[in-house]
Amino acid sequence: MRGEGDRRVLSGRLAITALPSPDAFRGARQVDLSGLTGLDTAGAWLLDDARRNGAELVGLPAGLRPVLDAVAAAVPAPPPAPPRRGLRDLVKDLGRKVVVSASGAAGLVEYLGRFLAALGRALRHPAQFPFTALVHHCQQAGLAAVPIVATISALIGVVLAYQGAFQLRAFGAEIFTVDLIGIAVLREMGILLTAIVVAGRTGAAFTAAIGAMQMREEIDAMRTLDIDPDMALMLPRVLALVLMMPILALIADLAGLLGGAVMSWGALGISPAMFMARLGDRIAVTHAVVGLIKAPIFGLLIGVIGCRAGMQVGGDTESLGRLTSASVVAAIFAVILADAAFSIFFAQVGW
Amino acid sequence: MSDPIIRIRGLRTQFGPKVIHEGLDLDVMRGEILGIVGGSGTGKSVLLRSIVGLLTPAAGTITVDGVDVQRAPPADRARLRGMWGVMFQDGALFSTLTVRENVEVPMRPLGLDAGVRRKLADLKIAMAGLPPDAGDKYPSQLSGGMRKRAGLARALALDPAILFLDEPTAGLDPIGAAEFDQLIRGLTDALGLTVFLVTHDLDTLAACCDRIAVLAEKRVIATGTIPELRRLAHPWVHAYFNGPRARAAFDQPTGKEL
Repeated sequence: MRGEGDRRVLSGRLAITALPSPDAFRGARQVDLSGLTGLDTAGAWLLDDARRNGAELVGLPAGLRPVLDAVAAAVPAPPPAPPRRGLRDLVKDLGRKVVVSASGAAGLVEYLGRFLAALGRALRHPAQFPFTALVHHCQQAGLAAVPIVATISALIGVVLAYQGAFQLRAFGAEIFTVDLIGIAVLREMGILLTAIVVAGRTGAAFTAAIGAMQMREEIDAMRTLDIDPDMALMLPRVLALVLMMPILALIADLAGLLGGAVMSWGALGISPAMFMARLGDRIAVTHAVVGLIKAPIFGLLIGVIGCRAGMQVGGDTESLGRLTSASVVAAIFAVILADAAFSIFFAQVGW
Repeated sequence: MSDPIIRIRGLRTQFGPKVIHEGLDLDVMRGEILGIVGGSGTGKSVLLRSIVGLLTPAAGTITVDGVDVQRAPPADRARLRGMWGVMFQDGALFSTLTVRENVEVPMRPLGLDAGVRRKLADLKIAMAGLPPDAGDKYPSQLSGGMRKRAGLARALALDPAILFLDEPTAGLDPIGAAEFDQLIRGLTDALGLTVFLVTHDLDTLAACCDRIAVLAEKRVIATGTIPELRRLAHPWVHAYFNGPRARAAFDQPTGKEL
């Protein structure tokens, strides 16, 4: 492009790959296009922009006119400036988020009710009970989770033993490491780790599986065929978790104690026999009971949250991913919240 | 209209033992809209994917604008990618980007000013027939027809010489499909595009296409205008172009061929 004063002369090909800045036409009254050999829509937009700013286009070769005309006809009106956001809008947004979160909690209660209703119906009509599905999900959520739950729990036992021994040695109270491991693993660590692993593994799988069915309209198909999705999908999954969680938690307890015992033997010289004796002596069975009582409740929470998120998946793949991760976060949050409530409860009861 | 921009010779495509194309020859002329028809499973979309280099054929050559799609040096093939735009069946928009950002994606490597790029994207969105507020939406917020238009806007982002359309009107209602046909015809005439159009839609064939290629028996068995193809004796071609639906589509005075 050549230009002096209010006149510009263009030659060659005006295309997106070598587009001059729109500022180059500022102040131009006349643009000579007779030397133009090619024009694409980006170039045509530039010329149209110049024309809108008061420049006259002269000498456009006839072959290039259709492109300019098509672009000039299509150029959208500039969008209105977005309204300014004040404090009022921030407050509104906050309120909206609070309402959404609260309705999320209400939705959880709704699905809990639907699960219980399905369970009640299954008890009244045992023939409808999806027994095969229950066994399948027990295997998926229970048996298949044993290796990872046991491994993680054993490692936490090792960590507790090592850290405990290190701190307690300063007081010459190494033997209390056994108490520490026993109480920590049985009351909290075993069940909490199990719940977190299950939320990540099984809760997410529930959401993804039900969400994929929702996307392919399988759930709508079920409803038209008079199959209750709560009964066919939610009941076996949630019930499987309620049944399997105590078993997994017990395995986690045993693995945690085993890991702690091995580490105590290696690092502190507390023999396994001494560990067993001290454990039986000092740790009441209530600690284990307190841990295991929580297991079915946590299973219920994880299962219901996972199934609910799956039912909420819309028609697009993005909502599937978003809800899967949201269901894991919500399940872990709910488990820890419930655990805190249990702690207060047991402290009041004196267990 | 006489020099071929796409030239396919002796193409063979196969997946494992299953042969899709065998000895397929096809020329696409500069500036025409070529419709590709064929029964389900005859490899129409596979042919499209082979031309744009998404699939590697087992044998044969495909040249686009004189460049061998498979064997040319990388620099030449990079030039080809700037020459064509592909609109996939459901738009294939990037779901994490807004429609405007989707259209801007092909423009990013050019180093344009962000404001200019944004305005060009808005222009393409408008040319594809979408309302101005569609630019800020995510693909999941659009209907199927709007997603197709957004896919077309992205395919047009760099003013390609060749536009590949895979089933552009599938799943649209008749009014939306007719609008889309007009849009394709109008853009082609205004911008001088060459269009390679895979379709099942007889109305689209009648409203848009200059020429039609019929895929059957693993190759292109016939090319020509609709009146030419209607006179052919091949049983599948005859059934396709003279069935009750075909008569409804072609015998009205909408087709420019008649």
